[in-house]
Amino acid sequence: MSKEMTGAKMVVQALKDQGVDTVFGYPGGAVLPIYDEVFQQNDIRHILVRHEQGAVHAAEGYARSTGKPGVALVTSGPGATNAVTGLTDALMDSIPIIVLTGQVPTFMIGSDAFQEADTVGITRPCTKHNWLVKETDALSGIMHEAFHVATSGRPGPVLVDIPKDVQFATGKYTGPKAMQSHYQPQVKGDLEEITELVAAMEKAKRPVFYTGGGVINSGPAASQLLRELVDATGFPITSTLMGLGAYPASGKNWLGMLGMHGLYEANLAMHDCDLMINIGARFDDRITGRIDAFSPKSTKAHIDIDPSSINKVVKTDIPIVGDVAHVLEDILKVWKSRGRKTNADAVAKWHGQINEWRKVNCLAYTNSETTIKPQYALQRLEELTRDHPSRYICTEVGQHQMWAAQYLGFEDPNRWMTSGGLGTMGYGTPASIGVQIAHPDALVINVAGEASWLMNMQEMGTAVQYRAPVKQFILNNERLGMVRQWQELLHGERYSNSWSEALPDFVKLAEAFGAKGIYCDNPADLDDAIREMLAYDGPVIFDCVVEKHENCFPMIPSGKAHNEMLLGEAETQGVIDAKGSVLV
Amino acid sequence: MSALKIKKGSNSHSAYNLRPTFSDVVERHTLAVLVENEPGVLARVIGLFSGRGYNIESLTVAEVDHTGHLSRITIVTTGTPQVIVQIKAQLGRIVSVHEVHDLTVEGASVERELAIMKVVGTGDKRVEALRLADIFRANVVDSTLESFIFEITGAPEKVDAFADLMRPLGLVEMARTGVAALLRGD
Ligand SMILES: Cc1cc2nc3c(=O)[nH]c(=O)nc-3n(C[C@H](O)[C@H](O)[C@H](O)COP(=O)(O)OP(=O)(O)OC[C@H]3O[C@@H](n4cnc5c(N)ncnc54)[C@H](O)[C@@H]3O)c2cc1C
Ligand SMILES: Cc1ncc(C[n+]2csc(CCOP(=O)(O)OP(=O)(O)O)c2C)c(N)n1
Repeated sequence: MSKEMTGAKMVVQALKDQGVDTVFGYPGGAVLPIYDEVFQQNDIRHILVRHEQGAVHAAEGYARSTGKPGVALVTSGPGATNAVTGLTDALMDSIPIIVLTGQVPTFMIGSDAFQEADTVGITRPCTKHNWLVKETDALSGIMHEAFHVATSGRPGPVLVDIPKDVQFATGKYTGPKAMQSHYQPQVKGDLEEITELVAAMEKAKRPVFYTGGGVINSGPAASQLLRELVDATGFPITSTLMGLGAYPASGKNWLGMLGMHGLYEANLAMHDCDLMINIGARFDDRITGRIDAFSPKSTKAHIDIDPSSINKVVKTDIPIVGDVAHVLEDILKVWKSRGRKTNADAVAKWHGQINEWRKVNCLAYTNSETTIKPQYALQRLEELTRDHPSRYICTEVGQHQMWAAQYLGFEDPNRWMTSGGLGTMGYGTPASIGVQIAHPDALVINVAGEASWLMNMQEMGTAVQYRAPVKQFILNNERLGMVRQWQELLHGERYSNSWSEALPDFVKLAEAFGAKGIYCDNPADLDDAIREMLAYDGPVIFDCVVEKHENCFPMIPSGKAHNEMLLGEAETQGVIDAKGSVLV
Repeated sequence: MSALKIKKGSNSHSAYNLRPTFSDVVERHTLAVLVENEPGVLARVIGLFSGRGYNIESLTVAEVDHTGHLSRITIVTTGTPQVIVQIKAQLGRIVSVHEVHDLTVEGASVERELAIMKVVGTGDKRVEALRLADIFRANVVDSTLESFIFEITGAPEKVDAFADLMRPLGLVEMARTGVAALLRGD
């Protein structure tokens, strides 16, 4: 079935046919015809952000928390260039989003027209795929393919650049069913490889599951199957920053997060294991530390839908290309059919060893009665919100992000939104708004550092306008804390430009936006202040003044191995050698 | 193109060998990449190589299937086995890429390149240039009293060898097409 309509109408029709209910955007000359169509319908809600970067991060928050693709709509030129950071962020973290940009009319492309930018050229390396639509007849097919590409295989951001004359002209609209794409990634894993993995699992004495964002990408079924497999085998499990919540933090085989700021027991288990089962994680350098010292004694299996993730950094012994849920289902089937065997005695001993490591209590810190320690603030936040039926946590980037990962417990997938791969300061506020728009009744908290928070604070206007009751929980150390920590460890305590001066009064700032401001600098008042934040039905900026010089531990310094982890304040000077200091 | 239809991500085919050897020896591979013939597709492929720091020794591209809108890009690249495998996997994940073939590992292949060279000279040098061209089966496609343009076709090494011989004989300008390659047999 094809219908005649204008390009602008097709855009809205295609969004409806793809089941889109929300678009985050910002208008401008080159998208006015589409905005005109948005105005004349009620099925799709348009959220007017305050900056295009905010639109893209909000779409990311929406996508990560719902499992559906997020959509952003921005104008040509500056609108498109403002979207670049968000696109790169989504590419690094495999978040499915569709960004629609306006473009100058086709007959003016290449003439340095007003607000012209080579959008497909600029965004080619930061999208999974992008399209410049040259004729209206091609528009609906491209729109549907854009959704297909963004959400199939390894998810990621796509961009459709639509010249203004294409929006005005009339053409044939075709529905999603007519969409043709040769892009059909493989989802089923190779049974031979799967059987090889199962055989290795039956014999393993010191196995560990190393799980990542791919489990979340694969959908809720993947988390369910993972829980079944972990509980049935009794193998310990750790996760990257991106995979938190796939296995519950309260689960009995949970080791906590691994990596640079991961838990001692998780990193040592990775270092000493004899079988590492990587499920949807990509051996990021925050995980491996020094590659030649990374888990030297283990057989490594790697399940990933993207063949380029396999053998990219770490040599894999058992490679399995496929979707996590599909592969886990087959692993369970094969393992059960072979009699549900594990080397139970050895695995019990392995848990004994892990429990010894646990006794190190690597998250211990020295509390204070006079200043709020950031760890304490997060422990109290956890205590007071843990039982909330639908709690979603976003973060900015820095020490607070790592502390949030360490001290908050995630029981379910899609409840944790953080910028991992790109590490984009300014991600959290708009992402929290995207999450809240998707889940109006949920408790959505953005754990922020004051420096990151200032990077996209204009989005408080969006929160107030749409009554999105997001809680901005700012751990204010008046420092670019993570930078300061590295300068302490690496640059002889020369704190070059790593403090936040001339900070705004956050309470007044909140009031200026029409939100509520809360200030707290006393540990004794903290619980009440948090309760006040939770009780308030509307957006809140919580200025939580914390210890200024706290460092984030544990920490594996750059260029070091897992078993060379720093646990606390001891002697941290000069721990990163010349070779490590070139690493980031 | 051989009739092999390998799915993206397939690990059953040698082009996507997921168990490469991890040696430090740099190898030279010829890749045939079948892509959607659409604007920007070459930029995607070249951008991948420059963005990730891979080498391109030669690259040719032209439409090979008009009705199917497919172009064939032949790339000669170098790298350790791990890098070569990464290059193929990275090419495979470009949405406009339909197939990636590693002609160096999939069997014997034929590689041909065309070059045209302008050789300026008189007297003995001119005679010698003509004599060598004959030995290399290079054709004269343009001639003045003081210059020839030779056209030569062959494996890149043959073109190199001919160019080396022409240099002292007055080679002033050269244009090469880059490698086109096909698997032998059916
Ligand atoms: C300041 C800072 C500090 C950090 N410190 C740490 C740290 O200590 N520990 C830590 O873990 N991280 C840390 N990170 C995050 C880190 O940079 C990486 O983002 C993160 O480790 C990557 O997670 P991942 O391996 O799960 O991969 P992701 O980026 O989530 O990638 C997912 C992988 O799964 C695959 N995949 C996707 N979908 C599927 C599917 N359906 N089926 C199968 N496979 C699929 C993808 O191809 C990809 O290979 C830090 C970040 C910042 C900003
Ligand atoms: C856009 C951007 N610019 C710079 C950085 C480098 N950077 C990483 S953490 C950090 C400091 C963050 O400070 P803050 O938000 O106050 O958090 P804290 O570390 O103090 O908890 C900086 C500058 C970054 N990640 N993102």
